[in-house]
Amino acid sequence: MLGYVIRRVFQSIVVLLIVGLVAFSMFRFVGDPIDNLLGQERTLEDIERLRTQLGLDEPFLVQYWNFLERAVQGDLGISYRQSRPVAEILLERAPATLELAAVSGLFAIVFGIILGIFTAIRRDGWASSVIMTVSLIGVSLPTFLIGILLIYVFAVELGWLPSFGRGEVVDLGGWTTGFLTASGLKALILPAITLGLYQMTLIMRLVRSEMLEVLRQDYIRFARARGLRDKAVNFRHALKNTLVPVITVTGLQLGSIIAFAIITETVFQWPGVGLLFINAIQFVDIPVMAAYLMLISVLFVGINLVVDLLYFAIDPRLRDERSAAGGN
Amino acid sequence: MTDLPQEPTPLVADERARSRLAMAWDSDVAYSFRRSPVALISTIVVLILVLSAILAPVIAPYDPFNPASLNLMNGFSKPMEPNAFTGDVFWLGTDDQGRDVFSTILYGMRVSLFVGFAAVGFAMTLGVTLGLIAGYVGGWVETIIMRVADVQLTFPAILVAMLIFGIAKGVTPVEYRDQMAIWVLILAIGLSDWVQFARVVRGATLVEKNKEYVQAARMIGRSSGAIMMRHILPNVLSPVLVIATISLALAIIAEATLSFLGVGAPPTQPSLGTLIRIGQGFLFSGEWWILFFPAVTLLALALSVNLLGDWLRDALNPRLR
Repeated sequence: MLGYVIRRVFQSIVVLLIVGLVAFSMFRFVGDPIDNLLGQERTLEDIERLRTQLGLDEPFLVQYWNFLERAVQGDLGISYRQSRPVAEILLERAPATLELAAVSGLFAIVFGIILGIFTAIRRDGWASSVIMTVSLIGVSLPTFLIGILLIYVFAVELGWLPSFGRGEVVDLGGWTTGFLTASGLKALILPAITLGLYQMTLIMRLVRSEMLEVLRQDYIRFARARGLRDKAVNFRHALKNTLVPVITVTGLQLGSIIAFAIITETVFQWPGVGLLFINAIQFVDIPVMAAYLMLISVLFVGINLVVDLLYFAIDPRLRDERSAAGGN
Repeated sequence: MTDLPQEPTPLVADERARSRLAMAWDSDVAYSFRRSPVALISTIVVLILVLSAILAPVIAPYDPFNPASLNLMNGFSKPMEPNAFTGDVFWLGTDDQGRDVFSTILYGMRVSLFVGFAAVGFAMTLGVTLGLIAGYVGGWVETIIMRVADVQLTFPAILVAMLIFGIAKGVTPVEYRDQMAIWVLILAIGLSDWVQFARVVRGATLVEKNKEYVQAARMIGRSSGAIMMRHILPNVLSPVLVIATISLALAIIAEATLSFLGVGAPPTQPSLGTLIRIGQGFLFSGEWWILFFPAVTLLALALSVNLLGDWLRDALNPRLR
């Protein structure tokens, strides 16, 4: 048990160190930092002085260590394009992405579970087959086309909802929120649906198949034989037992939501971290790219680690197999 | 197979070729293909789209990249309606610069398909090679390859492709960036997609390598490389084919997504994704066709390749039926 946990944590740290190395190499080898900082009129002494000052004359590993140390302390360099500390820009953009991700996640969970239960209980009804077919089409549509479709229907044709931006936001001591104004809430609807749709279908299909599995079990038949009402059987007995896999899958999808926010934020010009990253790629703003790379890796590796350890804690059956297989 | 072949006359060779065709026609896969309307229709759609992309210079009524053939007066022509100024009719309308949408789609599909096929080819070569080595050699080589694969699998492929694209773009000198963008795109999508191939091939290789024919080959002293390439590889290819088809659909969508986000094909070589990106700008002013037709083409392409992959998976896997 302890061995597995230690090995798993160690693996995560190795992955993060490698990602850090990639990010550091971007800084070090993509373009010359000296060129970026000094203008045209520079002397050899200037170059030497700055090289020493920035520590660029030190061995590679020492430089890498210093880079990691600064990154952990929140110093992620200065954006080439905006000439401001990357950490500051990220903090400014984070609320937009986090609010969007939270609302999409909530949308995906609530509708995914409701539709999943519905299609499982009314398995043969026409409404269920319509939902399943639509979900199949929805999954095969690329995210950006769904976004454009929603914009066309609800913003261009019907004119009900805004097609871009966050609407009015309220600044709560550094955290800008769109939750407190009507226009901010309206602006959230379309991007949240676009972003959450894929996860919603995933959760819906998972809940449906788990429910169908559970409804076949003996204890459900026993509950029915005891004369319990359908509602009690379906929700008290069946649903509870389907929720464990749903929770873990949802946890794993959390990272995907933040990653796929890049696409949604670009379609809706949502001023979040994803749009920042796309702009950074377009303008080859290395510090921003490197910071985003490290941030998203910490997020993914962290989520995977937590989910793996949770699995391990929840399901004792996994313990022997997992430690034997080296824990994938 | 009892009597040795006599001196083959041309007629015999011809007959033999025909019987091979007949064998292929009678095979299980061909049978299931003939019986599946979905497979037939998607093959026809894919063939039409691929052929028209290859023949774009012949089919396209206009050359969208030749400024001499453009007339700004033709801008924003509606589909199938004569233009108000010039009276020219464009099947699918024109964009703001008077470029024929039908022609830009044909040329855009060329870029999309080229990137898709090249990326999958690259991912397949890399993944199959690494999978074979991991499965056959084993030991620490296997551990390293599969560990890298596991780590990469925790990140969504599109994100990996974006990151590789960004890094590669940063490394290329500014003056070559537009020229190299297509190749960088292929590299990025290919590298984001090799894991599936490697995992499946490794699994199949682990099964194959203990079979008698491999032991026999080893015993007569064939080298490891020859055993992997000549003996094991042909026997693990059918799942690879399935993954390649499904990967092609994913690669086409990935390319479109990246180009749509503006981190893919350069403006000088617009792909379907770039065309959709351009078209989105005209959605609000009512010029729907600039967006609509490229989007429908992309969907038709991705969906039919996807359905073909699904069918292939079922056909090559009789156990699933």
